[in-house]
Amino acid sequence: MPLVQIENVSKIYQTGEVEVKALSDINLSIEKSAFVSFVGPSGSGKTTMLNMIGCLDMPTWGKILVDGKQVDSFNRQKRAAFRGDVIGFIFQSFNLFPVLTAYENIEYPLVMIKNEPQEKRKEMILTVLDSVGMLNQKDKFPDQLSGGQKQRIAVARALITQPKLVMADEPTANLDKTSSINVIRLMREMKDKLGTTFIFSTHDPRIMEEAEITHTLVDGKLS
Amino acid sequence: MTRIFKIALRNLLRYKRRTLLTSLLITLGIVLVILFSGLAGSFKTMMIGQITDSNLSQMQIHKKGYVSSIDTMPLNLTLDTKRYKKIEQLLSSHSEISAWAPRIKLNAMLSNFTDTTNIRLNAISPEKEVLVCPDVGSRMTFAKNRDPGVLLNPGEVIIPEKLAKGMKLKIGDPIVLVANNKDGSVNGLNFTIAGIIESILGPQGKEGYMHIKDAQELLRMDKPEIIEVAIRLHDFDKLDNVYAAVSSKLAGVINKKGMPEFEIHTWDKLSPFSNIAKMIDFMTITMKIIMIAIVLISILNVMMMSVYERVREIGTMSAIGTSPGRIMSLFLAEGLLLGLISTIVGNVIGLSGIFLLNIYKISFAFGRQDNLLLAPSVNITELLWVSCIVLFISVFASLQPAYKASRMEPVDALGHV
Ligand SMILES: Nc1ncnc2c1ncn2[C@@H]1O[C@H](COP(=O)(O)OP(=O)(O)OP(=O)(O)O)[C@@H](O)[C@H]1O
Ligand SMILES: [Mg+2]
Repeated sequence: MPLVQIENVSKIYQTGEVEVKALSDINLSIEKSAFVSFVGPSGSGKTTMLNMIGCLDMPTWGKILVDGKQVDSFNRQKRAAFRGDVIGFIFQSFNLFPVLTAYENIEYPLVMIKNEPQEKRKEMILTVLDSVGMLNQKDKFPDQLSGGQKQRIAVARALITQPKLVMADEPTANLDKTSSINVIRLMREMKDKLGTTFIFSTHDPRIMEEAEITHTLVDGKLS
Repeated sequence: MTRIFKIALRNLLRYKRRTLLTSLLITLGIVLVILFSGLAGSFKTMMIGQITDSNLSQMQIHKKGYVSSIDTMPLNLTLDTKRYKKIEQLLSSHSEISAWAPRIKLNAMLSNFTDTTNIRLNAISPEKEVLVCPDVGSRMTFAKNRDPGVLLNPGEVIIPEKLAKGMKLKIGDPIVLVANNKDGSVNGLNFTIAGIIESILGPQGKEGYMHIKDAQELLRMDKPEIIEVAIRLHDFDKLDNVYAAVSSKLAGVINKKGMPEFEIHTWDKLSPFSNIAKMIDFMTITMKIIMIAIVLISILNVMMMSVYERVREIGTMSAIGTSPGRIMSLFLAEGLLLGLISTIVGNVIGLSGIFLLNIYKISFAFGRQDNLLLAPSVNITELLWVSCIVLFISVFASLQPAYKASRMEPVDALGHV
């Protein structure tokens, strides 16, 4: 069974009188341990697509299955719990918590979402810090880190709960060329190591090249 | 849990100036309340002490109906020996009552042989009076060579300061007191001025003193009669309980017509100062309400700003799976912590303030007395209450902003810049 299954999904945004069909009638499935990218011009529906799969938003029509669960029927509370359990997130502008150190940012999901005991946490965090190559920066606060370093910490934070799926909407859009490539390769590396499924979107052709599977969206339709 | 508070604390420290200003404001409110209720409380206690210990006594028993016509000091509502004995018997059975004393209140004409004036007199039994009003002598001045243990001998009077001045009377001067008895016949007796008394608040504060035996003679009482019985307790704080107990016993004593024989009143029903005391209580409550308003508004304001500034962070927390309850508790913890810090600082400053006031005592004048010292005290339960209220209000004020944060949709919040 695929990890993500999307059946006849449409999303319509209603702003006053105007209706925008951001996604129309999408059918798609994504296998476990895949490294998938969504590409397309601005406004083509990439973010909308990732929000649907990441259980951040609900489709107007259609059915979405993630890890065998029909997530489009979940309420707010249930979606939050499901995201905490199954999905990790990497954001375009890093979204690290500014009051927490790199170490504490990675620890956050373990403490605040998973309620993991102290003894277990340390080992896990140090391991993942090591694998993203940030062990020596662990006590710095986000504003003391470069963009590339922040995104590495963000990758570590997304992976610390061992999610089945990691969603990354334009994870490299705020990074320079080298950092972009490094971050996407890090994600790829982690996917190979842990078997985590990564779904990301990008504008950048060189980043697209790194994907195993690429879906192209044009005007809310797959092409 | 500790993590929530750690994050909350760091978020507070993130906006140092704002946190500082807000907590200063709350601190100020708390300090004001502590100092004000300390000072006002001490003022009230002192005044009540002045009135009950030097003049009025804590409770008084009269013949039924006396207090309602107290302004005319009627002489027909007296207690004879049999009734006084009855009252004594009743009072002696109550262990909380430490002393009682008989008194006669009368109006008389005082003459210095050239001028005549009116005087209100409190006729007392000195040995008993000092047990009921231990400070009665503190407002009096006597001749220098007088034995300080003697308050008043038969044949002596103590007159109010103003009257002494007006009549140009000094200690040792002879005077004549003339009084009407209850039948209307007039009698006059010679007295010597033994002392001068400063007046204090209330009609009773302008009374002169004479010996109860002299009063009975002046009023030509065939058998000794008295007007009131003044009572003192071991513990003033038990006044209400003792009053209830004694008054229910007294109510059982009825006359031939089946009406109650006696009436009993606590000091506050007899002195106008009780209104001032009520006023002080009211002002203390007003101060507390102002403090609550300060806490409520400032915490609400800060927390609303915090939520607004951190929309994207809230979106991130929510997106990665933090439950709405956790998000809410983060903001509640922040409000609570802000209140807690302010409470601690406020208590420290307020208590040091009171401590300082106790070292450099504030002296003030009350009526004719200018040697009174305010020694503000702190009531620990009161302090705990104030602190708890501040903490409660802090959390209460954070509820709405925290709830708002917890209800944010991650997609909207993440898109927010
Ligand atoms: N909250 C919203 N309300 C109304 N319309 C929206 C909303 N979000 C997206 N849209 C519209 O839906 C369409 C798809 O938007 P989406 O953000 O998914 O595009 P995108 O491919 O991610 O674009 P970009 O590359 O610029 O990020 C666009 O036309 C956009 O204007
Ligand atoms: Mg987008």
